[in-house]
Amino acid sequence: MAEAVALCAPAIRREPGKFWIVPPAALLALLFFYPLALIARQAFLDDSGVANAAEIIRVLHSRFFLNALINTVTISVTATAGCLIVGLVLALILAFVPFPGSGFIARLIDTFIALPTFLVTLAFTFLYGSAGMLNSGLMEAFSLPLPPVDFLYSTWGVVLAEVTVYTPFILRPLLAAFSLVDRGQIEAASVHGARPFRIVRQVILPAAIPALIAGGSLCLLLTVNEFGIVLFIGAKGVITLPLLIYGKAIQESAYQVACVIAVVNIALSLGLFGLYRFAAGRLGV
Amino acid sequence: MSAVAFTGTSVMDIDAAKIRGAGSNVHFDKVSVAYGAHVVLHPLTLDIAPGEILAMIGPSGSGKTTALRAVAGFVRPASGRIRIGAADVTDLPPYERGLGMVVQNYALFPHMRVEDNVAFGLRAQGADKALIGERVKEALATVGMATFARRYPRELSGGQQQRVAIARALAVRPRVLLLDEPLSALDAQIRRNMVEEIARLHRSLPGLTILYVTHDQTEALTLADKIAIMRDGRVCSHGPTTELYRRPPNRFTAEFLGRANLLPVTVAEPAGSKGFATARHRDAVLTGAGRDEKAGDRSLLCIRPQHLSLTADSEHTNRIVGTLREVHWQGELTHLVLDVDGTPVRVSATKLPVALPEPGAEVPLFFAPADTSLLPEDAGG
Repeated sequence: MAEAVALCAPAIRREPGKFWIVPPAALLALLFFYPLALIARQAFLDDSGVANAAEIIRVLHSRFFLNALINTVTISVTATAGCLIVGLVLALILAFVPFPGSGFIARLIDTFIALPTFLVTLAFTFLYGSAGMLNSGLMEAFSLPLPPVDFLYSTWGVVLAEVTVYTPFILRPLLAAFSLVDRGQIEAASVHGARPFRIVRQVILPAAIPALIAGGSLCLLLTVNEFGIVLFIGAKGVITLPLLIYGKAIQESAYQVACVIAVVNIALSLGLFGLYRFAAGRLGV
Repeated sequence: MSAVAFTGTSVMDIDAAKIRGAGSNVHFDKVSVAYGAHVVLHPLTLDIAPGEILAMIGPSGSGKTTALRAVAGFVRPASGRIRIGAADVTDLPPYERGLGMVVQNYALFPHMRVEDNVAFGLRAQGADKALIGERVKEALATVGMATFARRYPRELSGGQQQRVAIARALAVRPRVLLLDEPLSALDAQIRRNMVEEIARLHRSLPGLTILYVTHDQTEALTLADKIAIMRDGRVCSHGPTTELYRRPPNRFTAEFLGRANLLPVTVAEPAGSKGFATARHRDAVLTGAGRDEKAGDRSLLCIRPQHLSLTADSEHTNRIVGTLREVHWQGELTHLVLDVDGTPVRVSATKLPVALPEPGAEVPLFFAPADTSLLPEDAGG
């Protein structure tokens, strides 16, 4: 009997090192999930700590929130579209138009990734600002009383700055994808009568779709959450969700309002990130 | 794969005359190509007649692919002109040259179905829908791939993909078909079948001019009307395939195009009106097709391994003696290696005497003057 019991007893398997999951999980919980949970909790509590769901509904229906949401979506979608167009054109030139120094230019564009985002905005102020080089030059050349170029302190200024900053995020995966395009396919297309535009449209772009989708999703994610550029430009009436959260939390001390908007912003970001991962996974990026 | 053969029943037969009429000869007029100071193709003057298959063969880096790419328009000549038919195409972009091309890795568009791959060139040239449908059907039927029209390239074997690549090139009714090592990626058995099928295809399209670049001498010998052998960016010999094989003009050609035994000889009597010279190798007096050698010239006597026999007959009047070193039985053929006064001589025999001599034995070898040629000892070699 004792033998039978011994035979039936399940073998105890020790998985070596399974406890190593604890330190990183604890660190993540402490540094990331717990603060997020606090934000989510704060969204349901008013400043005196009492549950207040009515405030959530009020914020979600408020004009300032809806304007910020529309601004955020408009700017991020427009900037992403701009990044895709500029990135695609630049990548096509760098990958397929042979010229000396193309590698150097590609690396130079890469360095933009390393720079803080507001730095471009600062540079834009020197270039296109009211007292910037362009306006000064035009005012002097045409004896104009006022600066003629006035796009920087508008939605378009924010979009232009974001396109400048985030285009490398499209360019990098595109250049990687283009380097894998079989030159034989391009030559075969050309020799059988296809002109360059058709080759780009029907041979090169289909090969680059995974990179475009992955780069575009990443760009969308980053531009939705962009804070520095919008703040630095300070365009009148251009309030995005991150800027609204900042204003409500820091300037107005309306923490519940800030947290409600933050939860929406987080949901938007996670949704986009989920889409990015899904697209990347499906397309094997 | 090998079960599917080119049918050769296409209406493209009808268009052979049209292709010829459009002018499908290719003329290289002192074409050279250089990358900076590095010359990869020295001035090349060469004609490919309408309907001819010219095989360019040579070792890697010999300039054969560069010459093909110059015709395609992917390489700009440093000097010289390229004409296709009556037209000077040197300055034309590839898409205006009216060519078809097949490359080693097929270069099919992976996101398009087979039928769309084949239709690609026609669509690019703005052909109408009905014509495209008709031509795609014909081209796929020609290469025996009509039932694969809805498949994607990834669903096909290497040989099938290469057929689709050929169909894509044929669908545009090219004046000239450029084949750049088209069979190199295929395994030996499929390659042999494809060579035969390309030959059959060309018989069904007699007006189609083909420039075939390969490093495989068997493909060149099987397919080509003429062969140009390239070496170090130059054509070192050019001529009709059988002529070049039977009477190689130099040592490089003799050794590159098939196997060759090259015996050092001294010319005894130059070729007369019959074209045969006599030469001495030690004590043996040998006869072979001569050129313009003079008596006393040092020369090489070229004999192909399969032309050497271990038995004498009325045709095999030349006789040398060698020491048998090795015997390699390979089923259909037996390869013998002999030492003839320090020169290794290979024999490929289908029939051997019942009592095969042992290695080390003295063995007489016989060969016919008609299968023997003299070539200069140093030129090209």
